[in-house]
Amino acid sequence: MIYLQVLLSGLALGGLYACIAAGFSLIWGVLNIVNILHGSLIILGAYLAYFAHQFYGINPFVFAPFGGLLLFVLGYVLQRTLIKRVMGEAVLMTLTLTFGLNLLLDNLMLKFFRADFRKITFDPPLGILDLGPLGVPVDRLLATGVGLLIVGVLWLLLRTTQFGRAIVAVRMDRQTAALMGVRVDHTYALAFGLGAFMAGASGALLAAIFPISPVASGAYLGKAFVICVLGGLGSVPGVVLGGFALGIIESFGTLAFGPEHALTLSFLLLIGLLMFRPSGLLGRRGFQ
Amino acid sequence: MNALLELKGVTQRFGGITALQQLDFSLGQGEIVGVIGPNGAGKTTLVNAVTGVTRMSAGEVWFEGRSITGLRSDQIARLGIARTFQIVQPFPRMSVLDNVAAAALFAGGSRTPDAAREQAREHLRFCGLDAQADKPAAALTLAGRKRLELAKSLALKPRLLFLDEVNAGLNPAEVEHALSLIQQIAASGVTIVLIEHLMKVVVNSCTRVMVLHQGQLIANGTPQEVVANEKVIEAYLGQRYARRAQEAAT
Amino acid sequence: MMKVRNFVIPAVLALLGLLAWQADNYVLRLSTTVCMYAALATSWNLIGGYAGYPSFATAAFFGLGAYVAGVLQTHGLAFGWAWTAAAFLVALFAGLLGRAILHLRGHYFAIASLVVADVLREVSNSWTSLTGGGMGLNLPLLKLGNVNQQALFYFAAMLVVAVLALLLSWHVNRSRLGWALRCIEQNEDAALVIGVDARRAKVTAFALSGWIAGAAGAVYASWVTYIDPTDVFDTLLSVKPIIMALLGGVGTVTGPVIGAVVYLGLEELLWRNVLEFHAGLLGILVVLLVLFLSGGLHDARLQRAYVWLRSRLGRQGEVNA
Repeated sequence: MIYLQVLLSGLALGGLYACIAAGFSLIWGVLNIVNILHGSLIILGAYLAYFAHQFYGINPFVFAPFGGLLLFVLGYVLQRTLIKRVMGEAVLMTLTLTFGLNLLLDNLMLKFFRADFRKITFDPPLGILDLGPLGVPVDRLLATGVGLLIVGVLWLLLRTTQFGRAIVAVRMDRQTAALMGVRVDHTYALAFGLGAFMAGASGALLAAIFPISPVASGAYLGKAFVICVLGGLGSVPGVVLGGFALGIIESFGTLAFGPEHALTLSFLLLIGLLMFRPSGLLGRRGFQ
Repeated sequence: MNALLELKGVTQRFGGITALQQLDFSLGQGEIVGVIGPNGAGKTTLVNAVTGVTRMSAGEVWFEGRSITGLRSDQIARLGIARTFQIVQPFPRMSVLDNVAAAALFAGGSRTPDAAREQAREHLRFCGLDAQADKPAAALTLAGRKRLELAKSLALKPRLLFLDEVNAGLNPAEVEHALSLIQQIAASGVTIVLIEHLMKVVVNSCTRVMVLHQGQLIANGTPQEVVANEKVIEAYLGQRYARRAQEAAT
Repeated sequence: MMKVRNFVIPAVLALLGLLAWQADNYVLRLSTTVCMYAALATSWNLIGGYAGYPSFATAAFFGLGAYVAGVLQTHGLAFGWAWTAAAFLVALFAGLLGRAILHLRGHYFAIASLVVADVLREVSNSWTSLTGGGMGLNLPLLKLGNVNQQALFYFAAMLVVAVLALLLSWHVNRSRLGWALRCIEQNEDAALVIGVDARRAKVTAFALSGWIAGAAGAVYASWVTYIDPTDVFDTLLSVKPIIMALLGGVGTVTGPVIGAVVYLGLEELLWRNVLEFHAGLLGILVVLLVLFLSGGLHDARLQRAYVWLRSRLGRQGEVNA
């Protein structure tokens, strides 16, 4: 019975995790950039939601897309001004650039928001949904639901809109895409902005459940890595699968080894995967 | 005569596509073998499979009596098999001399960088590149790069040499020059496999011709035999060419 | 053509003479740090510069060296043996790790190497009986005399590590291994085809890199006498050497050393005064540096300076048309 509960707790985070990783996967898959800044963007989104709730009483689940929008603008501008300049360069350059930006953002947040953890408290508290002998915290359920919804919208966007098709085209063949009239720079910036949007939205969802602080940005980046490698890079179904898989693994890992080791466990898993099956569980490449 | 290279049942699959199907053939020492076939027939795939660049899905390859199935490409290079790439692959920021010296150093038997450079100069002279020895490889013209590819593979002191479309992109004069180099190499005892699309080259230079079509070997014989072969005409040459080639040969 | 690099050795020697004379404790401490980072940057350069594999494992090797040496000393081994054992054990670890992850390319390799430090950190945190866990490890103090003599001793020790690193790097560069790495860096597929045993070359470079970083970590542990996991496995220990190598010239012998001196000099002169936002400014520097190096800054004078710098600091064995 306890295993069922643990399983359920893990599943309850799956959608949220998918949302966390989707933006990261998009940027990696389309622009071939491992966005070290991703974790910090998530935290920034979380802070925006926190302050929106603190000062204006806005529910974070509602705020998520709006926070996302703000970060979309930031992401678009960053890509258009800075990141595009290193896009053709070696992996080392893009990694170091996003690392530098990450360092800057983290420290800016530390300076203005301080390192102590903040938590959104709901009044009245959201409580637990009873499913017979099992229980699921409502905040997690909502976060996963909204997270999946946002990921679903992203998926639809990529499949059906012109913009979505432009992204796929640019990823598959940049020159031909340009020849066919796709505005390549704009498309790349939109893709990065979209990735930032996902980060911001998931940050808001996170803030509803977990305490936040700039020092936690690395942990979320780590989760995004693992999910992408687990589910296979560049596919939305992969990210969803990876998100649920990580949720379950963490849940059972916590049961077996205690919560402090959850991250280490994920990292060991990551290394194992990279060594033996870098294409992940679904093994797909190319953004779909 | 003992076969230098033997292929048995070599099959290469990529996902759902079978690029090479059950290839069986052997090459003797001293032959100059042409491999022809339409685009996508599997010619380069064949070279990649034999030289260890890609892993064969099934089959065996034997070189000088020993199995080289499953060996890595660097191991195969050290055993005496060299190949050129259709899309040339130099070390762009190293000098032309060093590009060739590297080959001599790692598979050509030179023990020190200095000895390797001396070896390299000889190969460059043979290929007519000695004037450009100190330029960065990236600065060469296409013809120059093709010759560099050739010089590098010679520096490996190969006993078997695969030349993959050495003439693609060259003008007639450059082609003539390349051919005379190839014939000199063959005369020095190297067995050559020439992947070509220029029929003139194949018919005039090769002792034997193999024709690949959709991953299968559909003909294997002298140039005259191949040109007259029904299946080859159907798949690749076209009736008019075959007639002309036959007339030229008689 | 006079290269900046050729003046480095005489300049360094002159500086050293001055330091031994001066013997001011603060300066000695700073110089020890410079030597440490010079060694780390050189260590990274073997795999990241020569072979072109963007490694973030430097912190893992450094921290592991610190802990191995520390634990050995708390169990009674003399520091000399402890340091040596640490260096070789880390090299062994690096070799094994290399066999596991060096077949990965680009981002995947970078991530795998980055994650190793985190895993080692967690292991050190948890294995309290051996490492003291999160509360850290106290090393036995070496009886070396007064504070000044201690400072001199550790400076000398770290200097030896740095010099060994530099010699190793110089030797590798001219050797067959150096040629192999250069070929791998410029075109790994072509390297294989001409007979380079790429796997062995990469693993060797990685192991050598681990040897140096492990030695630096071991000396560091004795120097500071107290280490804890967050301290010695810090990601910045992986990133700063990369920045230093980028500053001074990736893929050259003396570039990483020059970069270390320039970086730490800057840090000393400018940032000590801005303690609070120190790391943030580092972030800005990194961004500017990367933009500059990728030719991203479009000012004409900067462009010319960039081209000139590159010709002076270009990679070893490279020809510029």
